[in-house]
Amino acid sequence: MSTWTSDAAALRSTWFLRGVRAAFSLPGLILVSSFIGFAALAKDAGVTMAQAAFMTGTVWALPSMVVLVGAIGSGAALPAAMFAVTLSAIRLMPMVMALAPEMRTGKTRQCVLYLLAHFVAVTSWVLAMERLKRVPPPMRTTYYAGLGGTLVTTNVIVVTVVYAVADALPSAVSAALLMLTPMYFLTSLWGSARERAGHVAMVLGLVLGPVFHIVLPQIDLLVAGLIGGTVAYGLQLWRRKVRAA
Amino acid sequence: MFILVAGFAATDIWRFLGVYLGGKLSEDSDLLVLVRTMATALVAAVIGNLIVFPGGALAHTSLDLRIAAAALGFVGYLVSGKRMVVGIATAESLLLAGLYLNF
Repeated sequence: MSTWTSDAAALRSTWFLRGVRAAFSLPGLILVSSFIGFAALAKDAGVTMAQAAFMTGTVWALPSMVVLVGAIGSGAALPAAMFAVTLSAIRLMPMVMALAPEMRTGKTRQCVLYLLAHFVAVTSWVLAMERLKRVPPPMRTTYYAGLGGTLVTTNVIVVTVVYAVADALPSAVSAALLMLTPMYFLTSLWGSARERAGHVAMVLGLVLGPVFHIVLPQIDLLVAGLIGGTVAYGLQLWRRKVRAA
Repeated sequence: MFILVAGFAATDIWRFLGVYLGGKLSEDSDLLVLVRTMATALVAAVIGNLIVFPGGALAHTSLDLRIAAAALGFVGYLVSGKRMVVGIATAESLLLAGLYLNF
């Protein structure tokens, strides 16, 4: 507690820099590796370097970016692409809902929170939920700005650089890079699922995705998401009812 | 423009709603659980497609190798107490070993 009060006296810039430093951690490193994978994926799908870098900065949610790249690659219409991306990004809402109260103090301006919300994605969220507790409340927005800003900036640079050198890589290395994204999602998605229904939904999605890719290639992700999610939710309701009876 | 509408707007709307609703709606409300399971299944479908129907250099590897690498990597992740590094490293080394051995 004593370190806590002496920290509270520290300058705002110090807390910003501490946030920056938090970005250079193991989760941050894993995130960088998955953006390396994304750059390879985007190039492969025919997205330009500028588009890939722009997407990284503006969308800043890897699953949504992969969905978007897939939609661009398959020539989907704007409404269909938007709907799929929208659905893939819904999970950001409960994440922000959980994080915003951590950063809000009596004096926090609402627009600051809206601005910082853009940085919310799995990695920065996990890091923030774990570390904000040790940051004095008035300094939390500053800390998160340092953390989120660094993650976004670093990965925009990573995507640009990897995109530029991707052609020069041996094919085994490119194959390994393309494998990074699914493995990152597979592990992080399982870890962030809060209830058992999330795990059920995940297994269903893994199977339904490829199945609908063959049956309904234009809207495979949407259908897999709607069906897999509804079934998983239904099973949870049914189990609850059985337990109550 | 496409990216701005279908990407930026479609993701940040949820972030803004999250700030707006923060504290107003319970995290465990039934509607949010349904929304979360749907989103999870959708992202899982993305993963499944990336493994079963990959592009580029990964498309030249065999489906069995990719599924085996991903599955064993996931087992490694679970066994190591949910450490992502272990899962990712296991899958990647299996994939590279398989490629090296022309499997």
